[in-house]
Amino acid sequence: MSLLDVRDLSVVFQRRGERPFTAVDKVSFTVEPGQTVGLVGESGCGKSVTSLAIMGLLPKRGNKVTGEVLFEGTDLLKLRPDDMRDRRGRDIGMIFQDPLSSLNPVIPIGVQVAEVLERHQGRERKQALREARELLDAVGIPDPDRRLKEYPHQISGGMRQRALIAIALACKPRLLIADEPTTALDVTIQAQILTLLKQLVDDTGTALIMITHDLGVVAGLCDTVNVLYGGKVVERARRHELFGQPRHPYTHGLLNSVPRLDSIRGERLHAIRGSVADNIPWTEGCAFAPRCDNVVDACLEGPPPLEPTATGGDLRCNNPVSEEVAVP
Amino acid sequence: MTERTGPLVELRDVKVHFPIKSGLLVDRTVGYVYAVDGVSLSINAGETYGLVGESGCGKSTLGRGLLRLVEPTDGEIVFDGTDVRALKGETMRRARRRMQMIFQDPLSSLDPRQSVESLLVEGLKAHGLAKDKAETNRRLRETLEAVGLPASALTKYPHEFSGGQRQRIGIARALVLNPDLIVADEPVSALDVSIQAQVLNLLKDLQTERGLTYLIIAHDLAVVRHISDTVGVMYLGGLVEEASSEDLYREPLHPYTRALMSAVPVPDPLVEDRRERILLAGDLPSPSNPPAGCRFHTRCPWAQPTRCGDERPALREVTAGHRVACHYAEDIEAGRIRPHEVEPELVRPVDGDLPGDPGELIPTP
Repeated sequence: MSLLDVRDLSVVFQRRGERPFTAVDKVSFTVEPGQTVGLVGESGCGKSVTSLAIMGLLPKRGNKVTGEVLFEGTDLLKLRPDDMRDRRGRDIGMIFQDPLSSLNPVIPIGVQVAEVLERHQGRERKQALREARELLDAVGIPDPDRRLKEYPHQISGGMRQRALIAIALACKPRLLIADEPTTALDVTIQAQILTLLKQLVDDTGTALIMITHDLGVVAGLCDTVNVLYGGKVVERARRHELFGQPRHPYTHGLLNSVPRLDSIRGERLHAIRGSVADNIPWTEGCAFAPRCDNVVDACLEGPPPLEPTATGGDLRCNNPVSEEVAVP
Repeated sequence: MTERTGPLVELRDVKVHFPIKSGLLVDRTVGYVYAVDGVSLSINAGETYGLVGESGCGKSTLGRGLLRLVEPTDGEIVFDGTDVRALKGETMRRARRRMQMIFQDPLSSLDPRQSVESLLVEGLKAHGLAKDKAETNRRLRETLEAVGLPASALTKYPHEFSGGQRQRIGIARALVLNPDLIVADEPVSALDVSIQAQVLNLLKDLQTERGLTYLIIAHDLAVVRHISDTVGVMYLGGLVEEASSEDLYREPLHPYTRALMSAVPVPDPLVEDRRERILLAGDLPSPSNPPAGCRFHTRCPWAQPTRCGDERPALREVTAGHRVACHYAEDIEAGRIRPHEVEPELVRPVDGDLPGDPGELIPTP
């Protein structure tokens, strides 16, 4: 049994008097214990909403979540709010993009880490603080005794992200969801945090869902990568296959459009034309069709199905990039 | 396009210090933030100079200081033969036509209540170039076409556009005055990956068509390397390395540049698995209290007990066109100095049967 099995997850936002908006459209994927799975896509592709839906963190009103999120066989979407609260932080930990806005500014770091242990493991404050100290030490915060008493504004962005990781890992969750954990950080700090995450995943055997827009981050970290576009998974593959031989024109276009540090300089970038605003609804065809170079008539007749590929992945495309076309 | 040779812009020992004020009734200056502390560089006409560095290194302040959007504390800024810092009032204002700026966040740098036409005409009016109505109209349409927007955009407002299109409006606003120099501060970092490429291509095309000179300021080394002829790397208010974009990538000489390069993720698992990362310990020191000597010595894996801690290295030419501010650049390059063993940690890739060729990004010291 998979650790997490997301089946046909859909999130529809609806406001009175406005057309409903499908942010996540029948997304399915699985996470095995100890595995690192990437959700990649640009803004508006539904990657963050997917993670919030899994965690049950979407606002109560104005949206409709359908499908199943099976965590070790239990459907998280059907749990009562109280039961979900017990699991959040204990079974599933989460790291957010901006550590400053996800830490409480008026509570010392140490207490914020200890709180999780008190809530889920019934520790006394004193004992919890002792454990918090060890956690801060484990995530590489120098001088943890002093940091315990400091407030979020007193430490740097990288340290805050480390503190957030300590909170997420306090109860040794079996699944960790990291939503753009390094986007707000500088490159050298990003390298520190990514190395730390990799180490922790290896040491503790925690499964990780990595949500990011940065293909470079995925390349070094994830076992399997899901590429999202317009709320649907358009391509899924193991990372060596995905980067070595992207089949979906969107994935191919993305990889071609990023300037690489090791590419030949001065070559023109192959930009994907248009923008997300040009998308057509999935009900009418492939959402990416208006921006796609490989578009055929079938793309505008109906949504292409997600079909398994020869290399063990899945692909949603009528006219995929041929296997001979390599990424430069 | 007129071919010119020689530098269009020259900065000599430019400093921008911001006072830190304290006190209840009287503002006393208790210290300074040394945002830019002695930067000298020159930008040739028709070329692109890329400035990289992490947040807080002073790259944006330097760009703004160049246009005198913040007043430099000291140093000399020579633009096409004239000392910009000596210009006063009206002459400075008129000089600004020739140096324009593109900002990072296109939404907050465009007035939401001004139509695109009004945004573009404003600059023309300010410089007395909007006298003939038909001529102005032609100019606006031409500029919009150059940045890839339809003429119908003129009557629309910034919120009606997508992020990429807004950045095009920002570029059009700079372009309409027909400047010689454009300073672009993080022109693509607020945009989605697929849109970034469009804007980078546009900047490149405009340069070829109009012979523009660019100063591109960005934190993304891959972006800067792609678009620039010369790249300068900044750390804590100073330039630590400057070279042509190929040289800098092929043989980074400054320890900080090496670390920076090894930290940039590459979207290729074969490279990522094999790479050697130089992980820097800790964070950037405070620019209000920079370390003595070499600013980088507190985090430098190659720091030596002598000189590094007490003598600030000058930017010196090591090979032709390659300038480095490190006492031991040659020794490090030749492998005579080894990186420290304990701190900062040097994470080596795991040994094992990894597929593919080793990705040689950073020459192993």
